[in-house]
Amino acid sequence: MKNKKNLLAFPYLLWSAGFIIIPLCMIFFYGFTDKTNRFTFANVVSIVEGENLKALGISILLALIATLICVLLSYPLAYILSGSGMKQSGFMIFVFILPMWMNFLLRTLAWQTLLEKNGVINMILHFLHLPVLNIINTPYAIVLGMVYNFLPFMILPLYNALSKIDPSVIEAARDLGANSFQTFVNVIFPLSIPGLISGITMVSVPALTTFVISDMLGGGKILLIGNVIEQEFKQANNWHVGSGLSIVLMLFILLAMGLTAKYDKEGGSYF
Amino acid sequence: MKATLKKLYVLLILLLLYAPIITLVVLSFNASKTRAKWGGFTMKWYASLFRNEQVMNALYTTLLLALLSALIATLIGTAAAIAMNSMQAKIKMYFTAVTNIPMLNADIVTGISLMLLFLAIDATFGFPTVLLAHITFNIPYVILSVLPKMKQTNRSVYEAALDLGATPAYAFFKVVFPDILPGVIAGFFLSFTMSLDDFIITHFAKGPGLDTLSTKIYTEVKKGIKPEMYALSTLMFLTVLILIILVNYIPNIQKEKNLKENTRYEKGMVH
Amino acid sequence: MAKDKQLIKLDHISKSFGNQLVLDDLDLYIRENEFITLLGPSGCGKTTTLRILGGFETPDKGTVYFDGQDITHLPPNKRPLNTVFQKYALFTHMTIAENIAFGLKIKNKPKTYIQDKIKYALKLVNLDGFENRMPDSLSGGQQQRIAIARAIVNEPKVLLLDEPLGALDLKLRQDMQYELIRLKNELGITFLYVTHDQEEALTMSDTIVVMNQGYIQQIGTPEKIYNEPENAFVADFIGDSNIISATMIEDYLVEILGARFVSTDAGFGKNKPVDVVIRPEDVELVKPEEGIIQGTVTHVIFKGVHYEMEVMANGHEWLVQSTSMFPVGTPVGIKVDPYNIQTMHKPESEDEEAIGVEE
Repeated sequence: MKNKKNLLAFPYLLWSAGFIIIPLCMIFFYGFTDKTNRFTFANVVSIVEGENLKALGISILLALIATLICVLLSYPLAYILSGSGMKQSGFMIFVFILPMWMNFLLRTLAWQTLLEKNGVINMILHFLHLPVLNIINTPYAIVLGMVYNFLPFMILPLYNALSKIDPSVIEAARDLGANSFQTFVNVIFPLSIPGLISGITMVSVPALTTFVISDMLGGGKILLIGNVIEQEFKQANNWHVGSGLSIVLMLFILLAMGLTAKYDKEGGSYF
Repeated sequence: MKATLKKLYVLLILLLLYAPIITLVVLSFNASKTRAKWGGFTMKWYASLFRNEQVMNALYTTLLLALLSALIATLIGTAAAIAMNSMQAKIKMYFTAVTNIPMLNADIVTGISLMLLFLAIDATFGFPTVLLAHITFNIPYVILSVLPKMKQTNRSVYEAALDLGATPAYAFFKVVFPDILPGVIAGFFLSFTMSLDDFIITHFAKGPGLDTLSTKIYTEVKKGIKPEMYALSTLMFLTVLILIILVNYIPNIQKEKNLKENTRYEKGMVH
Repeated sequence: MAKDKQLIKLDHISKSFGNQLVLDDLDLYIRENEFITLLGPSGCGKTTTLRILGGFETPDKGTVYFDGQDITHLPPNKRPLNTVFQKYALFTHMTIAENIAFGLKIKNKPKTYIQDKIKYALKLVNLDGFENRMPDSLSGGQQQRIAIARAIVNEPKVLLLDEPLGALDLKLRQDMQYELIRLKNELGITFLYVTHDQEEALTMSDTIVVMNQGYIQQIGTPEKIYNEPENAFVADFIGDSNIISATMIEDYLVEILGARFVSTDAGFGKNKPVDVVIRPEDVELVKPEEGIIQGTVTHVIFKGVHYEMEVMANGHEWLVQSTSMFPVGTPVGIKVDPYNIQTMHKPESEDEEAIGVEE
């Protein structure tokens, strides 16, 4: 009976082996071989070459900044929405998540339209006799695009974590003598850390690996590691180097997850 | 005072999230071809959008792709989730891990890994490869929607049905399936929207002749924005909005309907 | 005498949530060192009263005095009392030791003092050696003890307990009742206990406050509440009872279901309609000719310590508890000793009718 039920998972077993496990192995195969199929570290090591290293550096920097801004913007928002003061906070959270369902490219296109030299924002600034904004095709525009596109990924887990906190735990802290600030630092914030962690992961991974945002808002002038990999595959047809760089990228994703998971455990204690 | 500040903050973030979308909607009705000026209200961009054969083809491809991939992913994913619920821990660990890989990994890595696979088996890049890719990243969403519902089901209800003489299959479809149906439906719609929205993985899995709306937008934007794209954005936003509302309210409507029928039934019993 | 000192006084407290009036002009005082229980069905306002004392709700009207000082608008962290919450409300991200230390660390107590206190508190609740465990790894009863330990290390003058045993199973609940009495005696502080469980209230309290629909129905010792309920609601809520409409013929004589019983109550006037309460264990079954009323046994259930029987007599189903058994169908006589008949005024207004018992 039990074995019979396991049969239901058989199609997925085949599918996952064929389309998840094997493709992943192929990246490793290409990443560690050269064009004559001989083993080499050269593809992975090519990350330290000038252009590639620069791209990785900028990617990490911009992803960190974007993640930080997302945290700073989302935390107060999630805190307000999860608070008892707001009625229908479920509906409110829906309103905040809705833009995420708009096509990713169109959302980015919208910012292109807004930020352009003769774009909507500058029209308004000009009309108000204020200095115009020239950030299109700069790293600032890319960070803005990342924040805008990935902000809901931060809001949602934070909101979930905060609204799951039992109000009586907060009352218990107050009852034991903590003022609102101490209650926040010692109880509310530590309990929200799991949400914060998954928010950080959900924002930093796509921000680190994007090539669309930098393409559309960076004007092709700023290469992120995602752009480099995309070009290796779609233009240079150099799958070996592309795979090698992808392995490095995966290492960084794993590292980010490991770090956050470790911090999560340490976040368990306080004072 | 504090409450006002909170409301102001919430409004500010809402403005940040919706301003770009509203801009796109407004510009889609702008008669002037430069977005810097308001040239009066027009529907002509919508008209030319519908006359644009390439866009219409892309739309057809996108919808067919979303429908097929969501259907197949729902079948495979639901079966897998049902099996996973009563699986031995060790086997289950494989499925959990394999489900998490596409969720946690960067889209670009998933995309190139599939591209490498298709290259290795010498597949022709086109609709079938994109469909396979979409099914692959959709299955985890179905599993993650169905699995929690499966956990909630009461095992003794299923056993009671067996005890009363039902065959396992009959018992499953009569008493377990209705309980997990909301999860299955949610998984289907989630897959459908994910497929609609995807660009990165499609970008690597498609061949030169094929375009979805996302890839079409990407190439169009690189050539320079045409006002038709604004019209397309508006329509897509509206479509997703309607879809989301349906997904969120259909279960409720269903519940109310059931409730009504139940009361009717009970009233019938009284007579 | 210090023992009778009023520690807390609730003065004309009213509170509503939306349109719903939860507390209506409530007056109550709590003496130092007493174990006082607020008892009533859900929605009677007992938890709201506790939350007003704890500082989690502000009354719409009225004043809360603590030791003579107005604390109505003092935030919870500044009040000299601590709460044990219904579902324990332990901090799941901290160890047991950190949970217990929370209040002391906030007050910047020295480390050695905190360590000593943790040890002392864990010993007090019989959980020595649990310092480094996490709350999730503890059973419900253990978590409850930690919640109590966490509150008492702060040496509050009053401990507020909000249905702390509600989530525990029967056996554990009974053990914890004795534990709480022991704790109260060892600590020598005031316990304010909220529950809907009449047995819990009778077992532990010095004083019981019976509440219903935002009003206090009766205040008294457990014996007084049980033996001399002031109205039908209290009688019905505290234990099983026969509540019967009757007429007070004159002082010391009451007519119940057409038969005259001698009673010890006086001062109701002549021929006044009243309610009488007779506890099932106080109904004596005798031979038919020896009883004041005659009837027939209709049901018998064996309950371990006693038999529970129902006797149909003069159109009323009497609930009777007795150690001797009368088989179903036996004709019996019913006798009640005068001091076992508790006479109560009939509810006067319709408003009071609403708080009465449902049959």
